[in-house]
This record gives sequence, C-alpha cells and structure tokens, in this order.
Amino acid sequence: MSMRFRIFKNILKQGFQGMWRNRGMGLASVSSITAVLVILGLVLIVILSINNVVVSTKSKFDEIQIFLEDEITEQQLNRIEEEVKGNKGVLSVIYQSKDQALEIMKEDWEDEAYLLEGLEENNPLQNSFVVQLKDIEYAESLVNDVKDLEGIDEVVYNQDIIEKLILFANYVRLGGLIIIGILILVSVFIISNTVKITVAARRREIEIMKYVGATNGYIRGPFIIEGLLFGLIGALISILIVNYGYSYFFNVVNDRLYVLFTVYLVPPSTLIKDVSIIFVAIGGGIGTLGSLVSLKRFLNV
Amino acid sequence: MIKFVNISKVYDNGVRALSNVNITIEKGEFVFLVGPSGAGKSTLIKLILKEEDPTEGKIYLNDMDITRVKNRRIPYIRRNVGVVFQDFRLLPNKTVYENVAFAMEIVGAHPREIRRNVPMVLSMVDLSQKAHCYPDQLSGGEHQRVAISRAIVNSPPILIADEPTGNLDPETAWEIMKILRDINRRGTTVLMATHAKDIVDMMKQRVIAIEGGKVVRDEKKGVYEHEISNI
Repeated sequence: MSMRFRIFKNILKQGFQGMWRNRGMGLASVSSITAVLVILGLVLIVILSINNVVVSTKSKFDEIQIFLEDEITEQQLNRIEEEVKGNKGVLSVIYQSKDQALEIMKEDWEDEAYLLEGLEENNPLQNSFVVQLKDIEYAESLVNDVKDLEGIDEVVYNQDIIEKLILFANYVRLGGLIIIGILILVSVFIISNTVKITVAARRREIEIMKYVGATNGYIRGPFIIEGLLFGLIGALISILIVNYGYSYFFNVVNDRLYVLFTVYLVPPSTLIKDVSIIFVAIGGGIGTLGSLVSLKRFLNV
Repeated sequence: MIKFVNISKVYDNGVRALSNVNITIEKGEFVFLVGPSGAGKSTLIKLILKEEDPTEGKIYLNDMDITRVKNRRIPYIRRNVGVVFQDFRLLPNKTVYENVAFAMEIVGAHPREIRRNVPMVLSMVDLSQKAHCYPDQLSGGEHQRVAISRAIVNSPPILIADEPTGNLDPETAWEIMKILRDINRRGTTVLMATHAKDIVDMMKQRVIAIEGGKVVRDEKKGVYEHEISNI
C-alpha cells in the first residue's frame, strides 16, 4: 500500500514538474481550453434562457386568443361564440373587450404603466375571445372550426412561438456544438503538442526508466497529469470568467433595463454549479485526451 | 537462469537475425557473447529484455517462460535484469547519487532502503567520494561505474552488459571488468557482449560466439577466436 502511495506521489510530482517546465507552451494549452469553455458557457446560457422562455410560455399553452375585427357585427360575434363553445376541447370562453385588454396590459407593465395613459381615447388593441382549452391538442381543431368565419382578424396560439423557440434553440445548440467540437479538437492538438515537448525533453529518462523496469503507468502517469493540470487550470479560469462575466451582465440588464428581460435569463446562482461541474469534466477530459494522443504517437513504451 | 530453445528471429523487414539458437546459461555464470557486428548479439539481448519477440522458439528466464508475455508484465520481467550500455546513459541533470536512486524510486522502494542501498553500491564501485557530482564532472570510467551501480542497485539476479568497455581506454576497461567480476562473484549472473579480444582472452570465462545468427562456438574458459585451429 505504502509502495503504491510512494509511486503515486512520484508520478504526481513529476507531473507538476513537467507542467512547470513547460509553462510557456502550457499557456497556449490553458488559453485554448479556456476559450473552448467560455464559448461553451455562452452557448449554455443562451440555450438555458431559451428553455426558460419555452417553459414560461408553456404555462399559457392551453390558451387561445381570437382577435376580432373592429367592424364586427353582433351576429358574427354570436356565431363565433357558438362555434367556439361547440368545440369539445373548449373549457371556457371569455369575451375580452379592448378596454379590458388595456387594463390588463397596464397591470402587467406595473411602474411603466403611465406610458399607456391616453390610449383609452384611441385604443389600438382589439376585442377578443380568450379561449381556455382542455389541452393544447384541441388547438388545431378549434382553429379549423373558426378560421372561415367572418369577423375574425387573427387567431393567436402559442404553439407557433414555442415551436419557433425550440427550433431556434436547436440551431443555437447545433451551431454551438460545431464550434465547440472544432475548438476541442484544436485544444487536444495544442495539448498533445505541449506534452510532446515534455516527452521529447525526457526521452533519455524514459528510456532508462524502461530498462530499469518502470511500469507503463509510471512512465505515462506524469504526462497524463501534466495534461490534466492544464485542463483543470483552463477550467478554473473559464469558470471564473463565465461566472463573474455573466453575473455582471445579469446585474446590468437588471438595473438599467427592465426586469422583464431578466425573468427569462438564467439566474447566475443556478448556473454556477452546473457550469463548474461541466467545465471541470470537459477541461480535464480535453487535457487527458491531449496527453494520451501524444503518448500514443510519440511514446512507444 | 537464461535459456534459449530453438530461437529464430526474423525482423519485419525480412532480415534474419538469429536462426535456431540454443543457449543455456546457469545461475552465477559469467558469459561473454562475442562475434562481429551484425552477428545477432544485440538481437539476443533485446530478446532477453523483451524489446523484441522471437519468431520461433522459446525463452526462459528464471525458469519462467517469457516467450510471449503481456505488455503489462514486461516491466516486472525487466526488474530481474540489470543493463549496462556502451554509452552509459546517465541523466545529466541528476547527481551520481540521484542517478542511482532514480532506479529505486521507479520501483517504489522505501526511502529508508534507498538511503541504505545507494551508498552501498556506490562504495562497491568506489564512487562514494563523487556521490554529489554531476555526470559532466566524471571521467568515462566513472560514468560506467555509475551506470553499473544503477543496474545492480535493485539486486537483479542477472546483469547484462552491452559492450561496457567499448568507449573506454584499456586501463579503465580493466577496472570495469574487475567490478563486473566482483558482482559475478557475489552471485549475479553476468552476460557481456563485447569485441574486446584481450579482455575475453584474459578473463578465461565461458565464451559464446555468434556469427550470421548462429552459435558457432560455446566453450567453457574460452577465448575470443581460434585463428589457427581452423586451418
């Protein structure tokens, strides 16, 4: 047991020495890993924020709003209401006049509601039916029922928006993954080059180690640790950058702009834990992979 | 101790280095391996160190079949064999003491053992005074003595010396030979590949001559070559 511990201590020591001797090239390794992880952080923030929007929109999911033309006749109005009530998926129908709509908007806007004052005279909003559905599944059939009726300006339901959001999130995710993938390859390459320099510098030592009977693990261990350390340092730096950078951004948005924006942004406090775990895993992974690549190519033990 | 049975080695590029070699070396023997360059001496040594696998035949080390072993086990096989090279192969940035201690650290020896064994082997090769010198402050003979210390510090039962005197002047070469003989007298099996005719002739030990990948001569208390007997 104690022998294993001594061997492990030796490997660890040599790994740290290798990192220190290579600190020039190490800087390149660390910065490339940092770049990968910071970009990954940005992509994560965007995707999580879009998810937030999707979730909060989903709560309004089973609601459909039928906007009516201003010149609608009583007959047409009754016809629409009947048709809507006749649909088996409908839970309730509420008529919302343009005045009521303005009131609701004023409540939503809270402190900024004074901006809406004066609109009562010439209200640009529309009268509408607010329809609660049992389930969003019925949205399609209801739209089909009413779309040919006269007096309807527009039927708005959130599925479109949600689908678009999800599509957008997918594009962001895909684009992010491609960029991250390329950057990961670049980092692995840079790390493997850095480690290659240590391998070359220690060629003689490695040869002697082989003849004296050092195990492969003993010979490879220090290089893997060197790569791992570069990865972890990169992870640490990027965690700090993403955490502080995002907190700053979040506060600026919160202070200078409207709270309206920040409700959709991921709060930094919930982000930090996930980001830390992901970054440490990926950073360490890239570092280890980088040294393994160079060991496979340049160190034939 | 070391046993080759019908060993043949053909390299990937088609070169036939050894054909049907049979050698048995007993524990405690001192054996010279002689023959012209390219005869197959180095291949033989590489087979013992598991740097190469034989194409045919079997190799035994300490009664253990090492013909085919998993890569993982090779380091443990090598710990039975100390190696000394013509070009010494010391680490220039480590002192004499550290160069020798290095071999013990690698196998995870206890620091107390290291502090005990390293001075011991250094005094055996008469280098105690230079323990804290760096290799560039040493002469050629001293280099080789450090290399020998490193090879035997873990007490392997076998010591292989690949032309250990090749880079040394005759007087220094004899110093090295005395050390190798002392090591052999303490029970270590020594296998030395060499071109040094006068050393082989003077030592009167077993000589195995290899030519063209075959054992052409194997005699107790032999000499480097028999020029006259063939005529």
